[in-house]
Amino acid sequence: MKIGVVLRDLHHDEVELARALLRMADKHRADHEFFHLGHDLAAWSMRHVREIAAMAVRFGEQLDPEPADSAPVVDSARRWLSERGGRSAEVELVMVRDLRELYLRASSVLTDWEMIGQAAQAIVDDELLELAQRCQAETKRQATWANSKIKESSTQALVV
Amino acid sequence: MELVVRRMRELLDEQGPSAVGFYTTGQLSLEEYYTLAIVAHGGIRTNHVDGNTRLCTATAAEALKESFGCDGQPGSYTDVDHADVNALFGHNVAETQTVLWMRMLDRLAGDDPPAVLCVDPRQTPVARAATVHLAPRPGTNVALMNGILHEVVASGHVDEDWVQAHTVGYEDLEKLVARYSPEVVSAICDVPADDIRAAARLVGEAEALVSTVLQGFYQSHQATAAAVQVNNLHLLRGMIGRPGCGILQMNGQPTAQNTRECGADGDMAGFRNWNNPSHVAELARHWNVEPKQIPHATPPTHAMQMMRYVEDGSIRLLWVSGTNPAVSMPELARMRSILAQDRLFLVVQDIFPTETTQLADVVLPAAAWGEKTGTFTNADRTVHLSEKAVDPPGEARPDLEIFVDFARRMRLQDKDGEPLVKWSSPEEAFDAWRECSRGRLCDYSALSYEKLRGDSGIQWPCTDESPEGTERLYAGGVFCASPDDCESYGRDLETGAPLEEQEYRALNPEGRAVIKAADYRPAHELPDVDHPLQLITGRTVYHFHTRTRTARAPELQSAAPEVWVEVSAHDASTYGLDEGDLAEVRTPRGEVQARVRVSGIRPGVVFLPFHYGYWDTPEGWRPGDHGRAANELTLTDWDPASKQPIFKTAACAVRKVAAAEGIPSPAPTTAASGPVSESAIPTGRGGIR
Repeated sequence: MKIGVVLRDLHHDEVELARALLRMADKHRADHEFFHLGHDLAAWSMRHVREIAAMAVRFGEQLDPEPADSAPVVDSARRWLSERGGRSAEVELVMVRDLRELYLRASSVLTDWEMIGQAAQAIVDDELLELAQRCQAETKRQATWANSKIKESSTQALVV
Repeated sequence: MELVVRRMRELLDEQGPSAVGFYTTGQLSLEEYYTLAIVAHGGIRTNHVDGNTRLCTATAAEALKESFGCDGQPGSYTDVDHADVNALFGHNVAETQTVLWMRMLDRLAGDDPPAVLCVDPRQTPVARAATVHLAPRPGTNVALMNGILHEVVASGHVDEDWVQAHTVGYEDLEKLVARYSPEVVSAICDVPADDIRAAARLVGEAEALVSTVLQGFYQSHQATAAAVQVNNLHLLRGMIGRPGCGILQMNGQPTAQNTRECGADGDMAGFRNWNNPSHVAELARHWNVEPKQIPHATPPTHAMQMMRYVEDGSIRLLWVSGTNPAVSMPELARMRSILAQDRLFLVVQDIFPTETTQLADVVLPAAAWGEKTGTFTNADRTVHLSEKAVDPPGEARPDLEIFVDFARRMRLQDKDGEPLVKWSSPEEAFDAWRECSRGRLCDYSALSYEKLRGDSGIQWPCTDESPEGTERLYAGGVFCASPDDCESYGRDLETGAPLEEQEYRALNPEGRAVIKAADYRPAHELPDVDHPLQLITGRTVYHFHTRTRTARAPELQSAAPEVWVEVSAHDASTYGLDEGDLAEVRTPRGEVQARVRVSGIRPGVVFLPFHYGYWDTPEGWRPGDHGRAANELTLTDWDPASKQPIFKTAACAVRKVAAAEGIPSPAPTTAASGPVSESAIPTGRGGIR
């Protein structure tokens, strides 16, 4: 049974996705949509992390349900820099690249959830399947958001 | 105009259409919006076109698109004459639409008065007339609506046959609202559970329900999700498309409907779908341009995003018509710093000097409504012709003439090298629009100036099949939501990401109404120790927008001459405030000083009218020692789906600056700003006596 191992990877990837969302939301604070939605969507991943940790016990894995965020001092410094840097069209291009990274991270988490969902069906584990389907749908929405914002921003950031 | 044309040409050569944005209003005529849409989308070819309707009616449009696939008001004002229950959601109609309120009052004073449900944190005239009044905590509308829907479902008031035949998505809603019992909702909204049950009984047992929605929902947290739940209430009850069963997703401005249908506000002309290539091709045929020349790679840029592009320097020419963003946009310190940039070429077209004209590089004086001819379509799709009464003063010109002049001087051309804008008079513009609207839901094809000069207005769609217009949309539960017809494939209500065509085809292949469920999420800015109260902003009946016109009408100005702040008796006692005291309202973004009115507002909530800016102060366009404009305090945040800014969930603090010492509060003593205790102050009129 390798489900525990995949859950551990998934736990790691969800934590990293949440951290990336928070880090980039603060970095692009001057873009209010990125700032607010980045924080909203990070909360989804943190909720997934708690649920993965609770589920993983059954598969022999002890995972941290509340891993720490990055240091608050770094966050506030990043916000300060963002507000100063918000007056340049160059930051838009940086933002598109960051969104691309978020899209890739979310897509990889999405694939992890697909694997878990398939395995849950194979061993007929309803609880695991329910978790995988519910979280997979939310991860897809995270990826779709990043993708839609890439599409929108590219029409401006790449042509100025 | 030469200056504008020269700068426009320079920027188009240097950077292209992405350097140019148009920000218009909800107060021009249909002909002017349609001309602006073709100039901007078809001539300049920029995607950056929006109206101040973004602050006002964007959520109405988005909620209709989400539920019915297309914008367009389902109901009619005449539904008020037939309904046995009127439900008003965040809609202080007595101060925002006084004529509609008179219609409601007629029913209330008649033989068979309807019951009234009012959802509003203030003691409005509607609240006083209400059978059930719910005053929820700001930012919790979705929870409240889910609680009402929970009860409607649990009490068996769903018209299951109708829902089965005409909608998709009911199962998801049923599952979701099961979690929102009145007790759960009561804790979120701080509204008694029994009141939620009473409200649900009213709307659940209604035989003919008319619902109206306005800024209490549209300018609040989770705006679209909340407004969509009102649509869902009607869909669950099968109450749409017949007399007395009207949904009225309202507008705050006289011609906001035209901004939306003509495509001057972040939509495409004729409710066409930017994401549907055949719709874009059809529009291109009407304009005789290549489809690829009409920007449609993304949704048209919304106003808040345009301001962001101005901020980062990528929009370098912004053309504002008929609106005053230096006072009406949120977080004014930021807004002023954006609009005052040297690198921005700001063109402002208006009828009076405003705070924004003072920041402009070029001011284009425009004619007012009585000085020009054009059509106006109101919130229930009634089209009126308004004819010129007097000549405009001085160099002022109708907005239509200004846009046509610009197009000529720019030599904007169609694909055959002919002028792109083929009209110059309002009637010619209207006739072009008739053709553009033909076959769409907002079909004007059988309307003409001649017909509109008859006895009264006519409701679109007006076609050869329905030459007298159409009182209600969606009779018989037939919608305009098929994947090939719809204006929008919808958006994720929480992230705002647009759905793609194949997702929509899978969800709604037959073009039924879409029931979209939404979970409650707490607002982004919640009260804390330093900012323990919640600020909401809004209107008084005596003023419109930023007082550009109403402050110049002496009677209106004297009725509400100066900003005030409303607090509840409970908070007045907590913070040591009395009627007439000078108080400071503070948020992380700024401060405003205003005299106190102790009103019937919900405890924990503070109200500021949003009308007062600086054009009639010595500073002209910015605050002196203290803020006066409510938007000094509001936050930059918007609904993900409708992109409407949130004006009604900022955390704030209030403290006393000076005692009243006999100086009265300038708040009108009528309507929602009336004093909580009538004995304290003589009531019955506005303003300082």
